[in-house]
Amino acid sequence: MSTHTLSVLVENSPGVLARIASLFSRRGYNIDSLAVGPTEDPNVSRMTIVVNVEGHALAQVIQQTDKLINVLSIIELDPIASVQRELLLVKVSTTPETRSQVLETVQLFRAKVVDVAQDAVTIEATGNSEKIQALLRVLEPYGIKELVQSGLVAMERGLKPGISHQPDHD
Amino acid sequence: MSAKITGAQSLVKSLESAGVDVMFGIPGGAILPAYDPIFDSSIRHILVRHEQGAGHAATGYAQATGRVGVCIATSGPGATNLVTPLADAQMDSVPIVAITGQVAAAAIGTDAFQEADIRGITMPVTKHNFLITDPRDIPRAIAEAFHIAGTGRPGSVLVDIAKDALINLVDYEWPTSLSLPGYNPIMDPTPESVRDAAALIAESKSPVLYVGGGMIKSNASAELMKLAELTGAPVVTTLMALGSFPDSHPQHLGMPGMHGTVAAVTALQKADLLITLGARFDDRVTGKLSSFAPNAKIIHADIDPAEIGKNRIVDVALVGDLKATINALLPALQAKFKNSKPDLTAWWALCNSWRNKYPLGFDEPTDGSVSPQYVIQRLGQIVGPDAIYVAGVGQHQMWSSQFVQYEKPRTWINSGGLGTMGFAVPAAMGAKVGAPDTVVWAIDGDGCFQMTNQELVTCALNNIPIKVAIINNESLGMVRQWQTLFYNQRYSNTDLHSKRIPDFAKLAEAMGCVGLRCESKEDVDRVINEAMAINDRPVVVDFSVHRDAMVWPMVAAGTSNDDIVVAKSMAPIWDSQEL
Repeated sequence: MSTHTLSVLVENSPGVLARIASLFSRRGYNIDSLAVGPTEDPNVSRMTIVVNVEGHALAQVIQQTDKLINVLSIIELDPIASVQRELLLVKVSTTPETRSQVLETVQLFRAKVVDVAQDAVTIEATGNSEKIQALLRVLEPYGIKELVQSGLVAMERGLKPGISHQPDHD
Repeated sequence: MSAKITGAQSLVKSLESAGVDVMFGIPGGAILPAYDPIFDSSIRHILVRHEQGAGHAATGYAQATGRVGVCIATSGPGATNLVTPLADAQMDSVPIVAITGQVAAAAIGTDAFQEADIRGITMPVTKHNFLITDPRDIPRAIAEAFHIAGTGRPGSVLVDIAKDALINLVDYEWPTSLSLPGYNPIMDPTPESVRDAAALIAESKSPVLYVGGGMIKSNASAELMKLAELTGAPVVTTLMALGSFPDSHPQHLGMPGMHGTVAAVTALQKADLLITLGARFDDRVTGKLSSFAPNAKIIHADIDPAEIGKNRIVDVALVGDLKATINALLPALQAKFKNSKPDLTAWWALCNSWRNKYPLGFDEPTDGSVSPQYVIQRLGQIVGPDAIYVAGVGQHQMWSSQFVQYEKPRTWINSGGLGTMGFAVPAAMGAKVGAPDTVVWAIDGDGCFQMTNQELVTCALNNIPIKVAIINNESLGMVRQWQTLFYNQRYSNTDLHSKRIPDFAKLAEAMGCVGLRCESKEDVDRVINEAMAINDRPVVVDFSVHRDAMVWPMVAAGTSNDDIVVAKSMAPIWDSQEL
């Protein structure tokens, strides 16, 4: 099993998320994360789906998803040729002794403190999965009180020679 | 500017514009506004007795005619009763459109009376579905529904319309073009794939044309005949493809699969190339997938790209409509064969040896009862290949696939993928409506018949004179067969007592049909001929048959096709089985 990032353009119509979720559920595809939001075209939404499948099954996931009438296009994003980001909000316990160490970590990871309380700070971080996981590992000893993470969003990098681009349907 | 009309009138005008000539349905609260303009419409509406019957009738109509079948029901239970036929049609790639009423838009989501989220419920069992709450969207949704159902790989589509959208006034405008940017069926295979397929065929010493239901959907039987005769390869037709290639043709080895002929099953196992045409490597055909056709390269032609590689990795994929695909393949092959054509003599010697050694057959019961296979065989011989045969699901279905000779497409209609018991009577009704001048026989089991026979009332009242042969072994016969083979003859809940209750002939008479009985072998021909002579009413014949007859050959579920068993006496001990 390996993870793959799929970028899916869908018609912005009611029920489209349910169609995708229903398809993945009934065909037994594992979703690691799913993020959906508007695009530059108000009639079109983009979903970024991270799936965990065997190489052979990936083609099935792509073909079955593409078969949905509301799906306009689906491509797999090459991790090297795409920008991939997750958003993390994490509330970390602090004491007067540990606060400066936590803030130093925030700086090192180019994260941000977005809320401060007597005994905790809330940190916002964006980055790829590896960075987010690394940050969490460093913060864990201080005591993670609460965390929330977005699904991965991703986009192809600008046109580069040698990287194939599948034009989106208009 | 034309006067405004109601959404309901817009719906009926849209259905007329889509070319609908008949629909099957039942009114109810939420769909009631639509039934007022239906009263005045040119569309024939057939009032069924259960919405499931409407759905299967639409399927039978579609299978017999190649046109999109239509059914209509109200919200809530009316809609949920359509779920089985929608799933059934989708599994067998049959084009049907279901129209359902929905509670008023403002009431959606409030658990209103007769509210069910039928769009959500049917999402996994339809090709696509719509929920319409604005009457302006009705014509476009209907146009798109028919286009989606009938093109590409056909399937079922549901259009759910809120009651207020049916009542509110609107300008009617039939769309002149469709906007479905995410739906672009591929019709023609790429030239490279055609060239690669021709090269594989030209090299093959032991090819088989593995033909599925897509051949009938694509109306490509004439092209298949040319391809078969050009290649000289053996042909097998799956349960969904029977009739797409004549059973009488010398190259036809029969049906593959769990109850296929030994020749067809073994030819697939031993082939070096499967030329797969509109078939989907279903588990009932492949048996244990890992041991299916182990030495064969695979050419897979299908209009649905998602079928390619779903169950079996392929060597060449031909994505496109089958008729276009074969028409592209024929000249490519002719060019290849000019240089050298493979000699299939040795391969045919093998195929013929299997065919001659293991023909389909059955034993006569020793207790004087009538053999079910004999009844079905005589029915096919007397009624002939011009009739349409419709089966339910179970032993009678398998015997009907084995012992009736099919010579033409659209003469065999059954529930293949979903395996819906109770399919036969309503589907036969729909087939007869679509093909009124054709004799339509439902071959049904006593179990199946008791699920949907109320549609015979619909048939009797609407001049739809179908004929029904009940193969009455007073059992859920296929389940009983498995209990015989795998559960030490412990017949848990498969005894239906249907030779005592109900009295099928009386039941038929009560529903306005002619009811006939046949209890001896001597009477079989006479009763069939008697039924054939009645054309003003539906006829039901209760054929009382031997209860222990079994369907052979058989590849037990989950086992390899190499372990096909011709008869029980030759069966190995199956120590495990799976559904």
